[in-house]
Amino acid sequence: MSAVTDPDPDCPGSDPARKRRAHGMLKLYYGINEEGKPGEKCDPLDPCDINGARFEPEVYLNKLRKDSSLAELMDQETGMVKQIRSLDSDMQTLVYENYNKFISATDTIRKMKNDFKKMEDEMDCLAANMAAITEFSARISGTLQGQHQQITKLSGVHTLLRKLQFLFELPSRLNQCVAMEAFPQAVTYYTKARSVLHQYQNMPSFQGIQNDCQNIMAQLAQKLREKFSDGVSSSSELSECVELLLRLDEPAEELCDKFLSHAQCRLEEELAGLEAELGAGPHQQTLPTASSSSTDILEFIDKGCNNFVSSLCLVIASYQELFITSVPGMSVSTRLQDGELASRDVPRMASGKLVEFVDGLCGRYFSVVEQRIREEKGVGDNSLLVRALDRFHRRLQAVSKVLPGSGVPARGTEIVVGAARGRVQQYLAGLKSFYLDSLTDVRQALSAPRLPGKEAPSLAEVLGGLSSAVLTQVKSVLAYMHLFTAKDVSFASKAYFKGEFCSQAVREGLVVGFIQFICQSSQQFCESVGERGAPSTPPSLLLLLSRLCLDYESSTISYILTLADEQFLGQDQSPLTPVSVLCAQAREVAQRLLNHYVKLQGLIVSQMLRKSVETRDWINTIEPAMCAMKRVVEDTTAIGVQVGLLYEEGVRKAQSSDSSKRTFSVYSSRQQPRYAPSYTPSLSDALVCRPQRSMDTNLLSNIQKLFSERIDIFSTVEFNKVSVLTGIIKISLKTLLECVRLRSFGRFGLQQIQVDCHYLQLYLWRFVSDENVVHSLLDEIVGSAAHRCLDPAPMEQSVIEVICERG
Amino acid sequence: MEDDAPVIYGLEFQARALTAQTAETESIRFLVGTQSLKYDNQIHIVDFDDENNIINKNVLLHQVGEIWHLSASPADKSVLTTCYSKTSDSKVVTCAAIWRMPKELESGNHESPDDSSSNPQTLELLCHLDNTAHGNMACVLWEPMGDGKRLISLADNHLQLWDLQESSSKAVISSSATLEGKGQLKLTSGRWSPHHNCTQVATANDTAIRGWDIRSMSQIYCIENAHGQLVRDLDFNPNKQYYLASCGDDCKVKFWDVRNINEPVKSLEDHSHWVWSVRYNNSHDQLVLTGSSDSRVILSNMVSISSEPFGHLVDEDDLSDQEDNHQDKRKEPLQDSIIATYEEHEDSVYAVEWSSADPWLFASLSYDGRLVINRVPRALKYQILL
Repeated sequence: MSAVTDPDPDCPGSDPARKRRAHGMLKLYYGINEEGKPGEKCDPLDPCDINGARFEPEVYLNKLRKDSSLAELMDQETGMVKQIRSLDSDMQTLVYENYNKFISATDTIRKMKNDFKKMEDEMDCLAANMAAITEFSARISGTLQGQHQQITKLSGVHTLLRKLQFLFELPSRLNQCVAMEAFPQAVTYYTKARSVLHQYQNMPSFQGIQNDCQNIMAQLAQKLREKFSDGVSSSSELSECVELLLRLDEPAEELCDKFLSHAQCRLEEELAGLEAELGAGPHQQTLPTASSSSTDILEFIDKGCNNFVSSLCLVIASYQELFITSVPGMSVSTRLQDGELASRDVPRMASGKLVEFVDGLCGRYFSVVEQRIREEKGVGDNSLLVRALDRFHRRLQAVSKVLPGSGVPARGTEIVVGAARGRVQQYLAGLKSFYLDSLTDVRQALSAPRLPGKEAPSLAEVLGGLSSAVLTQVKSVLAYMHLFTAKDVSFASKAYFKGEFCSQAVREGLVVGFIQFICQSSQQFCESVGERGAPSTPPSLLLLLSRLCLDYESSTISYILTLADEQFLGQDQSPLTPVSVLCAQAREVAQRLLNHYVKLQGLIVSQMLRKSVETRDWINTIEPAMCAMKRVVEDTTAIGVQVGLLYEEGVRKAQSSDSSKRTFSVYSSRQQPRYAPSYTPSLSDALVCRPQRSMDTNLLSNIQKLFSERIDIFSTVEFNKVSVLTGIIKISLKTLLECVRLRSFGRFGLQQIQVDCHYLQLYLWRFVSDENVVHSLLDEIVGSAAHRCLDPAPMEQSVIEVICERG
Repeated sequence: MEDDAPVIYGLEFQARALTAQTAETESIRFLVGTQSLKYDNQIHIVDFDDENNIINKNVLLHQVGEIWHLSASPADKSVLTTCYSKTSDSKVVTCAAIWRMPKELESGNHESPDDSSSNPQTLELLCHLDNTAHGNMACVLWEPMGDGKRLISLADNHLQLWDLQESSSKAVISSSATLEGKGQLKLTSGRWSPHHNCTQVATANDTAIRGWDIRSMSQIYCIENAHGQLVRDLDFNPNKQYYLASCGDDCKVKFWDVRNINEPVKSLEDHSHWVWSVRYNNSHDQLVLTGSSDSRVILSNMVSISSEPFGHLVDEDDLSDQEDNHQDKRKEPLQDSIIATYEEHEDSVYAVEWSSADPWLFASLSYDGRLVINRVPRALKYQILL
């Protein structure tokens, strides 16, 4: 213990060291061994530690004496004395402090000892009392027990009796109710008692009551049924009846049937009304005066919707309420009697019946509506029809809301779709007949005898009128069809109207169908060949149709189709006829018509030529004085004028500007190197040295022909005036050639041919695209005539010219 | 597969009449009659040597007039008839006569073609078909496959059946029929049916085709307006008894079933001008030949209405080089089609004839005197045969 051993007062740690020492002493006093807190270096077991537990005064003293000097010993001694003194004072303070506490504690304990004794006595007293109470209570309950059971029994008997009374009174009450027509009350009473009666039916008295009740209830049910089948009662009354009957456990199936048959009666009445109107409609329409009074389709559909469809909805709703939605409750009540199986099937059975019922009636209704729609044949405005269909469709949606699983709305949509299809057909037919009518008009206009003083309408005007009339008609039909897809129409959102209707029905069926019809009907004119030279179709009609088809090809088709595509934006992916196909078709038809026109006109001219060649006696004919070909030139000119009205001039092969001045000699001399057997020089060859030269001339002509283009007589023509006339002239001249080859000629016969050919040469060149064609054909004619001549003495060129100029 | 080039033979004169030497079945021989008003007309006997592709000709003089129609006896190689026109008193009359050619020519003379052309021989006249009462002869028809004793002539509106007696030196009209009607009716051409025991003849006048029963000389059918314009020629299908082909000025070739005369069975419009001649191949009736004044000859394959409508099935492992052809054939039913268009002529073709000896060979004659001998394309020939 260095602090203790350090007596230096100046040491800063001296004061806390003292405190500690005093503390340590108290510890000792209280027997607390402070371990681990001995002086710093020193061993706790150090016997020299004055504060240690193993302090041995002897050892400490010895050590002290040994180690310390005297002064030190002195200091030690004074220090020790000081410590002892302070320790004593500390001790005194402590004892003083604790003394008061000890005294008060002792007082308290003494007081407690007294109080507990008193309490013990009271507790004893309480226990005794409780025992007494228990004893009494046990005694009381023992005495009261028997009476209590009796009371319970009595009150049970009382309620039973009241029930019995109710039962006994039930028949009379029921009677009363029946008499008062308070059927629901009666049914409520009965249903309350029914189970009890059923349970105790083996007891005679109850059986009596039950029988009575059942009789009454049977009467009641009978009354209800009567009321039910009595047609007069309203539907709310009806449903009440049905509800009551259901609660009376009438068989649900029978009730369903009855209910439905009753409803059917009324609905059929309405249907009959509709049918009567339908039957009356056409009758009235046959009378021209009464036609306006017949109801239009909108009115008709309206009536159908308001009467039939709404009553149907009502019936469905009340039926469902009665038989289908309320059935779970009913099945609970019937479960006791009928068992579960039967009752479980009720909703299914009921809904099955309902569907059948609705389907049957709607079927009839639909057939009526369909019939009515079919009567809408007019090809005019169909907005009424569309509105009627819209209403029809809308109302059927209501049915579908009431009866979700029904096929009725689907059928309704089908009808609408069918009606739309029918309309497309009708419009197509309407367009066709309109077109054919217009054609007939055109035909009449073309073939009508020209009135003097009144200018006949020109072909171009007729064509313009026809095409604009047809176009207007197509447009108006498209507008009518467009109503079907209007936004405010309920069925326009159906897939059919969005897709197939737009693309297949309207575009393909109507528009493309009509265009194809135009093409086909036009083409028919080509096929009905004018037999025996009496053409069934006026040639000008062919020309006009050809131009019409060409116009269609160039603009009208794409215009109409664009119009249709814009109005009917179908979302259908089905393949559509492309414009190009239709255009190609139209062009082909135009081409065929024009070819046919050329053939027909050529035929008319050829017939004339053939007759004139065949009927004339060429051997004994007189010297030519005039030309016989005036008619041909006149007719050709007329045809040229006709064609010129509709087709452009066309390109002519560049020729010398002075073609009209070309004379007969021109095509004998000019043509000579080109075509050897052409008439003048080769004629003399044939006369003089045919046997020797014939091979050469043949060869020469063959070689010439090798280089000149082969002339296709009936060939395809181009869409212009020159080409058309070239075709006609080629046909005519070729006919002349073939006819000439079949005849034999005298001298004047040949000369007549010369004159005729020169005349033709003078006038025909201007019509054709390549005058060489005319030249070579005329050359061949004259050449052939020379070959077929018995006495070939050609006429002088100048004479020919004179004759031709004379006309 | 190379086809042989056509062989062309030129006559000095214009010509319309052509016939095969019907009784000759060994060698290929055609007869051609010329038309000349000023010179002696000729009949050229054209022999075709198939192996060497050479033509040999013999010329017979036919001095009586220009020849409009020729037909060879089916029984006697040397006998033939001509319809010719002669001018007398500035009138042209068409007559008909039966001729016999010199013996040495009847089966061809290959040795000296050059000499014979320079020294034409003359036909021996057997007899005239006397028609002074009946008008102009249009054509003379031999009884097909007959013994060369019966023939029919068409003169204006008369149809006459002749019996040849005393080895063809005498011709007697055994029966005749007259076409009655308003206007000037004129029979233009006719054909004797090889079916029904050779009792039927078809004639054409204007746009109508008429069938006759020569036993009773009565009309059995009449196709009015068979063509839009004049009917130029007729031919019977050699294998199908009711089938008839016709052609005319409406550029069409029509095929008829005479049991149903309202509609043609088929109608072709391949020519661009009048069709003057139509001929069925004698053995393979799907092959139809037509000649037209558009200077073309067209060979058509009318499978759909032939007696061999499906052709012959071809063995799979046959003829590898024709594989493509055959596969096409097998895939789709045979289609009627144009087999070939022959453009060797430069003038109107008035007559076409099949050879009587070689069913794959035919001749066509144009007005400028050019005779062209052609063959059916080999590919088609094998297709039909195999």
